[in-house]
Amino acid sequence: MSNVRPIPSPQTQSDDRAHEADHPSSLLAKFGMDQPLKLDCGVDLAPFQIAYQTYGELNADKSNAILICHALTGDQHVNNIHPVTGKPGWWDTMVGAGKPIDPDKYFIICSNVIGGCMGSTGPASLNPATGKVWGLDFPIITIPDMVRAQAMLIDRLGITTLFCVVGGSMGGMQVLQWTAAYPERVFSTLAIACSTRHSAQNIAFHELGRQAVMADPDWRGGRYVDEDTHPHRGLAVARMAAHITYLSDAALHRKFGRRMQDRELPTFSFDADFQVESYLRYQGSSFVERFDANSYLYLTRAMDYFDIAADHNGVLAKAFTGIKTRFCVVSFTSDWLFPTSESRALVHALNASSARVSFAEIETDRGHDAFLLDVPEFLEISRAFLQAAGKARGLKDDGQS
Amino acid sequence: MSMQQTLPLPGVAPERTGGYRRDHLLVAEMVQPGSRVLDVGCGDGELLQLLESRGIDGRGIELSREGVNGCVAKGLAVVQGDADTDLVNYPDDAFDYVILSQTLQATRQPKVVLENLLRIGQRAIVSFPNFGFWKMRLQLLIGGHMPRTENLPASWYDTSNIHFCTIKDFVELCEQINVKMERAVALDLYGRPVPLNLPWWVWNMFGEQGVFLLSRGAGK
Repeated sequence: MSNVRPIPSPQTQSDDRAHEADHPSSLLAKFGMDQPLKLDCGVDLAPFQIAYQTYGELNADKSNAILICHALTGDQHVNNIHPVTGKPGWWDTMVGAGKPIDPDKYFIICSNVIGGCMGSTGPASLNPATGKVWGLDFPIITIPDMVRAQAMLIDRLGITTLFCVVGGSMGGMQVLQWTAAYPERVFSTLAIACSTRHSAQNIAFHELGRQAVMADPDWRGGRYVDEDTHPHRGLAVARMAAHITYLSDAALHRKFGRRMQDRELPTFSFDADFQVESYLRYQGSSFVERFDANSYLYLTRAMDYFDIAADHNGVLAKAFTGIKTRFCVVSFTSDWLFPTSESRALVHALNASSARVSFAEIETDRGHDAFLLDVPEFLEISRAFLQAAGKARGLKDDGQS
Repeated sequence: MSMQQTLPLPGVAPERTGGYRRDHLLVAEMVQPGSRVLDVGCGDGELLQLLESRGIDGRGIELSREGVNGCVAKGLAVVQGDADTDLVNYPDDAFDYVILSQTLQATRQPKVVLENLLRIGQRAIVSFPNFGFWKMRLQLLIGGHMPRTENLPASWYDTSNIHFCTIKDFVELCEQINVKMERAVALDLYGRPVPLNLPWWVWNMFGEQGVFLLSRGAGK
């Protein structure tokens, strides 16, 4: 059994990550004691800060602003080199010059969610009351809390109505929450691979991830920063499990099959003989370099609690009654985390509310992650939807009105 | 649905006026400007585009993924769905008009679909191929085969058109379920209206398709 290798310790020390939590390489909106964020759990969070990136210019009418909402493990670095990993922005297929969301035409905003670990206040931030990292003392946050914080940022930027709110997965949940909470402030939305409520299966997967983190002795009841450890093994396992749910059987088979990693024959050990094992280990160990374990607990919890209909007496259509927002809902055939049936339920509710909705299911074997990848049909539909909405909004090709 | 919508199929191209199909222009003419319209089985969205160009707030349902994605790419508000199963999800009086173009004969329950159209919409516009068309009759009478025409080329075993009817049959159904016919037009093979002053039996013989503007009958 000498070949057994546990997941390696992160190469980057947690210093970079910890630094970004309080002093991000981003624009920063600080809200003082007089402007608390009213959380669903009943706590008034103050002070707090929101880290965000912008691309492009706001036009004179302030009518070309697009808010991008990031997914569970995303952040505000949509279209620039990531300050911790040095990798390109996470949505280079969608955002950039000549792409569907073009900074030459739109003013693009993306903020790190509240509870995140890339500069917006979250469990990895310093608690000003104690001078120590928040850890599990941080209050539980929800998707509506994330959106409430974003709305305060949008207010500060002086924007009344967003031209479009865009996001996939957890980002899509925020998109839907925006339209339910602030319908008059959202001209159009692009809700991708998401749902109006988190399914039992998805909650189960999240619980698996959280238990993996908490089972790591280095988690130390959430106080790992104070004790100078990090539950990187537990977090890596959580990421590995989650990553499988972002792909599909067909995609894994196409990418890896049963191929061996740098060897011809099995080693008769628990080493990563198969390419797919090696790939998952890499996904796990690279994730822990940039993500805070407690933040992962809080954000997965926020998704679990999400259920728009529950806030409207169990009737989803009531959340969108009389809404003027133009919706585009997109799902992917091989996405089993947020399957098409979930999008269809949303579309039925929107139809019942007489909302203006387009809904397309994209055929791909790339699973839930398809929204982050170069899937031409999806990108083309996004572009066309935004163009048509821009026309209705009176936007010209250069983003002027 | 898309297969029916793209009718007339290659073989006889429908006449076009100003870039639009004549049967679409006829439907568009039946719709009051400024109204809200649902096009069930909207295919590639050509009719919806025509309606939107006339200031009509249009929505679509389409079965085929290619059709839907093409529509969304044109900026149209179209969702993927099935006339037989998804119309029940729409509330009463959601639209001024609901259009069912060349799709009725492909539904599993035409009567239920028709009732749903007039529940969702104040009015319905329905077009369908007329099985009483002389070419159809001739093939059955002389040839002894299930009819196949330029516009309906599929064989009996692979056609998606499972509920054919004649114009006369359709009129009888409308009477049976208390649907009022506000306007009826028969189109010939080229999408041209059969002259109005001819009697029903002529329409039933020479109309290749029927286009009906319907509303709820008295007491509905």
